[in-house]
Amino acid sequence: MAIFVDQNTKVIVQGLTGGQGRFHGLRNKAYGTQVVGGVTPGKAGQDVEGIPVFDSVEDAVKATGATASFIAVPPKAAPAAILEAARAGIGFVVCITEGIPAQDEARVYSTLQRDFPATRLLGPNCPGIISPGKCNIGITAGEIAQLPTATGPNVGIVSRSGTLTYQALYELKQQGIGVSTCVGIGGDPVPGTSFVDCLAEFQADPETHAIIMIGEIGGSAEEEAAEFITHHVTKPMSAYIAGVTAPAGKKMGHAGAIVSGGKGTAQGKMDALRMAGVKVGLNPTEAGSLMAEIVNSLR
Amino acid sequence: MDLFEYQGKQYFAKFNIPVSAGGVAHTVEEAVAEAEKAQYPVVVKAQVQVGGRGKAGGIKLATNADEVRLHAGNILGMDIKGHVVKRVWIEHASDIAEEYYASFTLDRAAKQHLLMLSAQGGVEIEEVAAKDPTAIVKLHINPIEGLSLAQARQASVDAKIPEKALEGVADMLVKLYECFTKGDCDLAEINPLILKPTGEVHALDAKVSLDGNAAFRHPEWEEYAATEELDAREQLAREKNLQYIGLDGTVGIIANGAGLAMSTLDVVNQVGGSAANFLDIGGGANAELMTAALEVINSDAKVKSIFINIFGGITRGEEVAKGIVEAVKRVTLRAPIVIRLDGTNAEEGRKILAEAGIPDSQLTSRPTMLEAARTAVALAK
Repeated sequence: MAIFVDQNTKVIVQGLTGGQGRFHGLRNKAYGTQVVGGVTPGKAGQDVEGIPVFDSVEDAVKATGATASFIAVPPKAAPAAILEAARAGIGFVVCITEGIPAQDEARVYSTLQRDFPATRLLGPNCPGIISPGKCNIGITAGEIAQLPTATGPNVGIVSRSGTLTYQALYELKQQGIGVSTCVGIGGDPVPGTSFVDCLAEFQADPETHAIIMIGEIGGSAEEEAAEFITHHVTKPMSAYIAGVTAPAGKKMGHAGAIVSGGKGTAQGKMDALRMAGVKVGLNPTEAGSLMAEIVNSLR
Repeated sequence: MDLFEYQGKQYFAKFNIPVSAGGVAHTVEEAVAEAEKAQYPVVVKAQVQVGGRGKAGGIKLATNADEVRLHAGNILGMDIKGHVVKRVWIEHASDIAEEYYASFTLDRAAKQHLLMLSAQGGVEIEEVAAKDPTAIVKLHINPIEGLSLAQARQASVDAKIPEKALEGVADMLVKLYECFTKGDCDLAEINPLILKPTGEVHALDAKVSLDGNAAFRHPEWEEYAATEELDAREQLAREKNLQYIGLDGTVGIIANGAGLAMSTLDVVNQVGGSAANFLDIGGGANAELMTAALEVINSDAKVKSIFINIFGGITRGEEVAKGIVEAVKRVTLRAPIVIRLDGTNAEEGRKILAEAGIPDSQLTSRPTMLEAARTAVALAK
């Protein structure tokens, strides 16, 4: 088991003929992901190294039975691409696009909620998702992910930050700890999938025995996660929050990472998570070591 | 991107939000000329992106040219909480019967738009929130349904806006919401929103923050970029297309990825140092980017050591290492580099760095973030 995606997930790439889509789509395929098609309007009938290209998501789904979509198109086109995938019945949409206006993100989110509740959006502006050995959608380098073992213990990873997601994967690999699924939810103001969504899935997944969570300053997603953990998560957890030293009012790269009006500070988030029983590391390595301790106690 | 008040008012005007006629002035003489146009009495207002201007003496009433000269002379060049006043806004003084507050933002937790409205305006809204939270009405708006005039009117009733101002405030809210959504604002705030003795509702101030991601559909925003107040380091970084924020410490930071960069600041702080900047060079970390990043860091006189923290994902360690070696050749550095290179093919990368013939006094490699931070902090002391 894994969460959201596994060996049976059939993926199409919206924007497969573009630079990013082609590069990452082919890498995902090489990893072993079932990349069954691509979508670029006006390019039906072409192929990208054997992967057939279709004019629309609807056509691609009809021809391939795709269940997931990987969106790698520019910010202007991404909102329409997400909704096109939802309309075609795609259940899991991964959007890596960076730079989508917040107003568009909010509208897309509300539209999915109202009209397409069966579609889950991961991202935008996220590194994607990997269930090691089974499926990799997005820009994660598959080789840094440790395969899960049949008996465990295996760890689920959920992260708001791209490079820190890799860092977490790497820390676990160094320790020889298997990963069930690693989800990068992205750092934008209105992510389609939240920490809470992922924690609920990990809690229910028999192959996941412990969870590591990487948060950052800004917003209240980590506080909401802490509240959820208190009531619904029984699996042991470690966490790291980036941005303890970030000055107020400055955007630290991600649109979402900003401390405003004394809210969204790393300290407040760490305190909330500690209260919920999560072991909080002061840097990514420490969060990894804390997870190693947890895993050893489960062995 | 935060706008100055005068820019915010010009932005409001595009959405038919009533604002006072006025003009911006950079000198005392320009101020007098604008005052003559606006007609006395006028208000001379410091244009700075920080609250508390009034208390600091940055807002003055003037009834004739001499008073404009006096006040503009005092205000121009004034330091308000670290912000030097470079321009003043001159507008015709408005008669005020009552002061309210209105703003729209995106509530990230609710994933909906949020209207905040209060009949107690003219003071900082945080103060109102602390003293009397019930005085602020909060209304969530579904982004795909929008705000109707009826909802705006009901919110005004709930906020105890008096009868005589209800229609005007409701109409203003609908227009401000239009500005917030169509105008791609992160924040659109009017404080105070005033009722004039004549019964009109009017925006006496404007606080607008624009969503930079939407710049592609707002070519008119280019003029705002020109007035953005960046320090010299930030200006250079922008020209080089780097994500850079200047800070006050002595350890220059270069990392790939925003999260890792933030994390690097934290670790430097943890081991007793302080970062001179936040700099995210993105995923690629090639020679061009690395050179540009080192040039920016090098321009900061406070930097005593440079901590390069790279995690190779798809970009392999050897490519990163080659980029660094090339960059170090191109830039004459004033401070030693400490590098932590990890991730895909990190071993090969470290080997390239070790064999590049760069003296230890210029470049040291450390295997972990923590060790590299300790070394960089020690070098900066």
